[in-house]
Amino acid sequence: MISANLSAIFYLVSGVLFILALRGLSSPETSRQGNFFGILGMVIAITVTFLSTGSFSTGFIFVLIFILAGGCIGAFIAYKIPMTAMPELVAGFHSLVGLSAVFVAISAFLNPQAFNLGSPGNIKLGSLIEMSIGAAVGAITFSGSVIAFLKLQGIMSGSPITFKGQHPLNAIILISIIVVIYFLCSTQSSHLFWILLAISFLIGFLLIIPIGGADMPVVISMLNSYSGWAAAGIGFTLENTALIITGALVGSSGAILSYIMCKGMNRSFFNVILGGFGGTEESVSNLNKEQRPVKSGNADDAAFLMKNASSVIIVPGYGMAVAQAQHALREMVDTLKKNDIKVSYAIHPVAGRMPGHMNVLLAEANVPYDEVFELEEINNDFANADVAFVIGANDVTNPVAKTDPQSPIYGMPVLDVEKCKSVLFVKRSLSPGYAGIDNDLFYKENTLMLFADAKKMTEDITKNL
Amino acid sequence: MEIDPLIFRLSIFILSIFVGYYVVWSVTPSLHTPLMSVTNAISSVIIVGAIIAGLSGTSDSIFNTSSIFGFLAIALAAVNIFGGFLVTQRMLAMYKKKKKDK
Repeated sequence: MISANLSAIFYLVSGVLFILALRGLSSPETSRQGNFFGILGMVIAITVTFLSTGSFSTGFIFVLIFILAGGCIGAFIAYKIPMTAMPELVAGFHSLVGLSAVFVAISAFLNPQAFNLGSPGNIKLGSLIEMSIGAAVGAITFSGSVIAFLKLQGIMSGSPITFKGQHPLNAIILISIIVVIYFLCSTQSSHLFWILLAISFLIGFLLIIPIGGADMPVVISMLNSYSGWAAAGIGFTLENTALIITGALVGSSGAILSYIMCKGMNRSFFNVILGGFGGTEESVSNLNKEQRPVKSGNADDAAFLMKNASSVIIVPGYGMAVAQAQHALREMVDTLKKNDIKVSYAIHPVAGRMPGHMNVLLAEANVPYDEVFELEEINNDFANADVAFVIGANDVTNPVAKTDPQSPIYGMPVLDVEKCKSVLFVKRSLSPGYAGIDNDLFYKENTLMLFADAKKMTEDITKNL
Repeated sequence: MEIDPLIFRLSIFILSIFVGYYVVWSVTPSLHTPLMSVTNAISSVIIVGAIIAGLSGTSDSIFNTSSIFGFLAIALAAVNIFGGFLVTQRMLAMYKKKKKDK
């Protein structure tokens, strides 16, 4: 058994190690070391908890069994999961953090003596407030993440689900959560505690169903943030520094990512959260849609264009992930490089379904990270490049965002693909992108459409090079 | 008058938000996915609460309603800890620089 003061110091140490873990991610070279700090911090926190409880009883063995059981499942998933499924995995993991926060809160509510919080029916007011906030946010994180997971996995339709009176309903539920917490704290009633959990699960569900597939980067970041606030709430209840520090770190990290994603779409956070994007605009754009001529080509034409280029910029998007085309793409680029063609990759902040999604896929295909550039770094280079190869991206290349104030995506930062001498656009059909608007790029003089599956087309081009 | 310990915890919390703010802005955008998976892993430090809950049973009855929720929370958090750190490790191992020779 170690003293409470000593264990508090160790918790502080593990909190600091978690800060260093995030700090390491500032560059790929230091990132692996950062991850090691994170693991070390976790080991310290768990060991100290064991030592401070001091009872090496049978319960202790069960704790180890449950850690091992969960750990084996986690390790198995971590090794098996394909990189393209990373957004689903992260959403799934968020739901687990949320649910375990809920379980810890339930346990503390039922047995407050174990946590030094008073006795059942007579829990310290401060602790009860912290506990109920932690439980409510945890429950929202859980059900919201489950919906996000189902949408990403394709089990549930990615299109927004909206109904009449949705926003007033959500507002009423959110207000009632606050009311229930107030009465819970004044009456200590266990019925109210369960009601609080039930409506929190419900609101998490209702908040995420109206949000469509392409807004998932914002949703995942937001749920990341929530899972942090839930952990912090529980940290206050347990008076645990490691949890409070971590909760604050994760909470602000998720919030910043949400902000970056919203900025990448030029939409306000509330606009995304209130959802329903893409449904209404689509009908408008279909009205004035006339058949415009497009130039389409085959792999042979594309290979010819690229062979005669001196620099090529690749613009990957979610379609590349769906078609699993990243390895085929890297092979094509290798062939291009052998012909002394300069190749770089341009990544839009919201390409894919989560922040940094494309970077991970390219890294998986052994693309060196110093060939991959962010929007601001590379946007001026399009004017000097010979060929832009757009694979699986759409809205993020649409010049309409710069020219047409009527367009729903007006003002969104886009890649200046049209400035290239020629544009190769791999796409299965002319259908509009997620925002439901036509891409002007399809009809430009210098655009050659390649109608095919992204992976197959890339392989065919490589053969023809 | 003595200061409530809650104020100290609140101070840690607020300062950590600021630390988090500056640290996360310095994360390179290409590592945003590993950032999410590692924040996921570290937020599972909630397992310390779960362990206390799991050990809350008495020696004659290890399993009561409260400790069962604790054990479940332990398992869930453990999935996240192992899964989160390992998948981050796996991703980070893939980020390579251009090879000079070849």
